[in-house]
Amino acid sequence: MKLDAKIPEGPLADKWTIHKNNIRLVNPANKRLIDVIVIGTGLAGGSAAASLAEMGYNVKAFCFQDSPRRAHSIAAQGGINAAKNYQNDGDSVYRLFYDTIKGGDYRSREANVYRLAEVSANIIDQCVAQGVPFAREYGGLLDNRSFGGVQVSRTFYAKGQTGQQLLLGAYSAMSRQIAKGKVAMYSRHEMLDVVIVDGKARGIIARDLVSGEIERHSAHAVVLASGGYGNVFFLSTNAMGSNVTAAWKAHKKGAAFANPCYTQIHPTCIPVSGDNQSKLTLMSESLRNDGRIWVPADADDAKAVREGSLKPTDIPEDRRDYYLERRYPSFGNLVPRDVASRAAKERCDAGYGVNQTGEAVFLDFSDAIMRYGSTEAHVRGMHNPSDDEVRKLGKEIVAAKYGNLFQMYEKITDDNPYETPMKIYPAVHYTMGGVWCDYNLMTTVPGLYATGEANFSDHGANRLGASALMQGLADGYFVLPYTIGEFLADDIRTGPISTDSPEFDEAEKNVQGQIDRLVNNNGTKTVDHFHKRLGKIMWNECGMARNKEGLEQAIKDIQALRDEFYAEVRIPGSAEGLNPELEKALRVADFLELGELMCHDALDREESAGGHFREEYQTEEGEALRRDDEFAYVSAWEYSGNPSEPNLHKEELVFENVELKTRSYK
Amino acid sequence: MNLTLQVWRQNGPNDKGRMEEHKLSGISPDQSFLEMMDVLNEQLVESGKEPVAFDHDCREGICGACSMFINGEAHGPGRGITTCQLHMRSFNDGDTIYIEPWRSAAFPVIKDLMTDRSSFDRIIQAGGFVSVNTSGNTLDANAIPIPKEDADKAFDAATCIGCGACVATCKNGSAMLFTSAKVSQLSLLPQGKVEASDRVLNMVKQMDLEGFGNCTNTGACEVECPKGISLENIARMNREYLVAAVTD
Repeated sequence: MKLDAKIPEGPLADKWTIHKNNIRLVNPANKRLIDVIVIGTGLAGGSAAASLAEMGYNVKAFCFQDSPRRAHSIAAQGGINAAKNYQNDGDSVYRLFYDTIKGGDYRSREANVYRLAEVSANIIDQCVAQGVPFAREYGGLLDNRSFGGVQVSRTFYAKGQTGQQLLLGAYSAMSRQIAKGKVAMYSRHEMLDVVIVDGKARGIIARDLVSGEIERHSAHAVVLASGGYGNVFFLSTNAMGSNVTAAWKAHKKGAAFANPCYTQIHPTCIPVSGDNQSKLTLMSESLRNDGRIWVPADADDAKAVREGSLKPTDIPEDRRDYYLERRYPSFGNLVPRDVASRAAKERCDAGYGVNQTGEAVFLDFSDAIMRYGSTEAHVRGMHNPSDDEVRKLGKEIVAAKYGNLFQMYEKITDDNPYETPMKIYPAVHYTMGGVWCDYNLMTTVPGLYATGEANFSDHGANRLGASALMQGLADGYFVLPYTIGEFLADDIRTGPISTDSPEFDEAEKNVQGQIDRLVNNNGTKTVDHFHKRLGKIMWNECGMARNKEGLEQAIKDIQALRDEFYAEVRIPGSAEGLNPELEKALRVADFLELGELMCHDALDREESAGGHFREEYQTEEGEALRRDDEFAYVSAWEYSGNPSEPNLHKEELVFENVELKTRSYK
Repeated sequence: MNLTLQVWRQNGPNDKGRMEEHKLSGISPDQSFLEMMDVLNEQLVESGKEPVAFDHDCREGICGACSMFINGEAHGPGRGITTCQLHMRSFNDGDTIYIEPWRSAAFPVIKDLMTDRSSFDRIIQAGGFVSVNTSGNTLDANAIPIPKEDADKAFDAATCIGCGACVATCKNGSAMLFTSAKVSQLSLLPQGKVEASDRVLNMVKQMDLEGFGNCTNTGACEVECPKGISLENIARMNREYLVAAVTD
């Protein structure tokens, strides 16, 4: 396998322009002769389907949800970055590029990241033109906020529902093309294999989730926009249906899988409360602007809090450990996501956790309430207000800022965060690893593309906030529509691809075989039983902290679990018709293989990068130790035919424009 | 908690369907309603029976997939929530809970609690968009200032998640709240105004074609809407429709 990133020549700032000028074009009449399949209809897939259809290609779009409007991008809360410099605070394409490279701990490609920053401004223009209702100031211009430790205000937002509004924008653009007949939409369909003819991706095998029918669909190119694989951990902030299947099947057909062990952990989620929990809910990171994070300084107090005999509000100031402020005085509670997450885990592992499971820390707004309250009292000209009056005023201010989040928290936990500190804990959020792709977003299989969270390209080891939405839309609206021409220009005379070929026969037979095997397996255990066990292994051994011994054991455990799955799983019902257990089983089968690859990757990476802490590689102060001399590469894994024996290929990362620096938040 | 569930089971659109009783014990008040359904399904699978099919995905109240009629209410007791945001502490130990699918001719049952809401997509395809090329060669986003009040109103309308609770709870099975939310969002913004009259005519026409009923202003939709979409939108759509129909 040869990894050629196809990074264009020329100075960084000109690469994309030069490249666009050299990409081959397909004339409009010929575009009508070309079919493209898009898997997934989130920000990356929806925008790609709409754009490709707009250009004239015939698009077939697939999603497993009942409607493309429900793709998981809809759940993103915070915002989308763009180097517009509307605030005149010194922002620029270069600064957004630099922040993203640094935020990824120097494990992403310079050229891709620069392009992302470059097209970011167009995204905002495009979305506004589509009627996306971004927040505005009284003067009628767009409002911005600052996000995740960045020094400029470049985040565009629509309250806490930015993802929803951006997705509905892409969905409406796609709906327009569906109405024109340029996009054929296949909802409630799942891609179960990619079909390769003469070395090129020429179609897919999909299952109609309602009828159970196995279908063949052909095209001249296939685009994977199928999102991330965080659900390998079972508990995550991902939607329940998010899965790795499309990407994994592509991997098994020759697409390299890059940096699989890179998972972003989000520091402020509602903690796990019991064995039947299915899902973790994120609390917006913006809460850290005002909330102070602490645990009891005294282990006995922590124990008493866990047992319910001591209330957090009864612990005096001098018996609290505001550990982020203590360890990172200059950034305090606003350290990046990985640092905040790791520090919380460190305290909980040391026995200071504050909920029943011992895996929670406090996020406390009492200081903010008093501070805002006393300012407000001044504003209102109140002299010597009582503590109760100040508290009341402060609560009103905090409610205006975070009211909807506080309400959401109270609905889920039945605790009132105005009265008692919130409990939070880190959770699996976003996967930066994914299908390897070159500068054109093409995978190692010709004609097979990967965009958005499904690819690996732009985020390196630790994504910042508000970057994922940007990448999804950049890829779909502005990158792929150009770069795909390079490949499709050769196909103007190919004509429709027949689905009546040995390659389609074989792919369909394999899919049918796997389905039959699962449906006829008369085991005794449910799919979720295996998924939860896999999730525990992954979280404990390949989560926020890993070590050699744990990873080696995890690999053995996953192999054994996989065998047990195929021996013991039970799928009621049949392969015909709607069968949600079968859908889950097919996805978990792939997670059981991906999970092992993640451990192999984590084992290979003998350094700590971003949120990925290899315990053997830390500084004397317990901070992450990156080893640039040996590990400034993308690990791209090739499938060997056996999930336990993947072959590693390395794409060396070349940094010509930024200097690799050790991050410090002290 | 110990519960008795009466769950609607239906093998397909042509099956008659029936209620099925299930007993559950050991349910924690902290579980969400869908997690309670997961427990039921685990039990069913372990005993070799088919689990209850229901739509769900994000489980944080935004994707709009989950759709259950619980004790005669869309998304169950509580206001401003989807089923995934409903917690078992809203019920009492020993309760019997009735669980049914969305009821509307325009949302045929696929299986059990799962319905086909693709009619909503077709309403959007009839004009719920701005006809702008996805080329990125658009005006600078700040070239057309939009009064904050208009942007906020457009946003409020745009928060509709397309779950269908409005239709399911309406005695006429009307999709006016859903359709009017999109019509309002786009007609409040200068970018969407240009084709506003074609949009409202086409979307209303499609709504009727799909078999949704008429609006008789009972307001049940607004009460059950998990996102608080206001009846004002229906009034706005009616005005837009009238003007468009007269000038058409």
